Amino acid sequence: MWELLSFGDKGWGDDLALGAILTLQLAFASLGLGLVFGLATAGMKLSGNRVLLGLANGFTTAIRGIPDLLTLFLIYFGSQFAIQTLLSLFGYEGQVEVNGFWAGVLALSLVFGGYSSEVFRGAFLAIPKGQIEAAKAVGMPPALIFRRVLLPQVWRYALPGLGNLWLSLIKDTSLISVIALDELLRKTFIAVGITKEPFLFYGIACLIYLAITTVSTGVIMRLEAWSERGVRRA
Amino acid sequence: MEDYLAMLADLAVRYGPRLLGGVVVTLQLVGISLALGGMMSVPLALARLSRNPVLRLPAFAYVFFFRGTPLLAQIYLIYYGSGQFRAAFEQAGLWWFFRDAWYCALLAFTLNTGAYTAEIVRGGIQGVPLGDIEAARACGMSGFTLYRRIILPTAYRIALPAYGNEIILMVKSSSIASIITIFDLMGETKLAFSRSFRLEVYLMAAALYLVITLSFEWVWARLERWLNPQREAPDLKAPDLQPPAALVEPQRQ
Repeated sequence: MWELLSFGDKGWGDDLALGAILTLQLAFASLGLGLVFGLATAGMKLSGNRVLLGLANGFTTAIRGIPDLLTLFLIYFGSQFAIQTLLSLFGYEGQVEVNGFWAGVLALSLVFGGYSSEVFRGAFLAIPKGQIEAAKAVGMPPALIFRRVLLPQVWRYALPGLGNLWLSLIKDTSLISVIALDELLRKTFIAVGITKEPFLFYGIACLIYLAITTVSTGVIMRLEAWSERGVRRA
Repeated sequence: MEDYLAMLADLAVRYGPRLLGGVVVTLQLVGISLALGGMMSVPLALARLSRNPVLRLPAFAYVFFFRGTPLLAQIYLIYYGSGQFRAAFEQAGLWWFFRDAWYCALLAFTLNTGAYTAEIVRGGIQGVPLGDIEAARACGMSGFTLYRRIILPTAYRIALPAYGNEIILMVKSSSIASIITIFDLMGETKLAFSRSFRLEVYLMAAALYLVITLSFEWVWARLERWLNPQREAPDLKAPDLQPPAALVEPQRQ
């Protein structure tokens, strides 16, 4: 058993490690892009513009109601079709293969954005109105209010919700294995195909995911404590 | 444009019935695993809250494992992993169960939602006001009666919104069953796509999933209003000093 898991030619340890690294890359890239989507969507919801509000709410409803796996397929095949159609306009008639990594990141970050927009919206609304009024009273323009007053505090209110979304984002990266990207679960799948030790390898994969989520939980708890360092408690 | 509409109609006629059949399979999968997982959740939550480590630690480990790993990995572990112990399962007369992708998906979903629901129930139980429990104790209630009459009814009401989210997440996650060759809505859609190569079938599936989740959300909102009338949001347009309508009007039944 240990030989199977060793690093090097005979073992699968290095393959699993590479898969785990790709899983983490997927997760972090989706987190970055997803935060941008989430903040933008929350901004649309709070803008007071009814068209933007409708669009943002429609987006959130769609993301909350459509399976993540389906979103992934829609993005993966949809972007393939879109690029192909676009290229055929310029007279190029070849097969296009979309990069699985970026299709996966786009799908996961849309999911993260849809859910986190609600977290951010709640966090912005949790900031006391008096602070915004005070900032206006000293003559801050809206962009400066956003940067100096709102953004630093939003994190504190949003962190618990974002932490949960991060944990489900990590678990969701496993879905990307179905579009043949060699992340942790697909590496495991390949290893099982050759070694015929399914329980061992899927068990190990589960333990690696568990390690990632456990470390994440610890970091999130630290971050939450840090974000509340200046808050007075009863 | 007309050509496109004709093509859409053709797609709907050709694959619509199979997609609707997939909806039935999805609902069965979700319904059965939610029912079984729900039954597991209360004993699990109680074990998780128990002071006895023999009960508490295994329940904690179970919940920790199933909430910390991806559902897809859990399904692979059960469906493919069981193959490694085929001889033992055959001897025990259980191989028919683990050989079948349907039962494996059902088992994985049940264990998964059981773990998540147990945490939701635990949150509900811990949210029961201490005064309620003290009052019940003062009336001489204890153990089973206390749970049946006071703690669990309140806990269920507290847990209701979170459990509604869990059900929707379960509908969404059930699409994973298609990966181990089950023809639920997602599986039928993948088949239709591989035959027609039209992206529109995925959009049809998305619409069907949205219909399922949105109509469920509507039903759940009604259920919440019925079970938690005191939580109804006060009328925001009313003048500030006016007490919420729920306090003035007699409680409706």
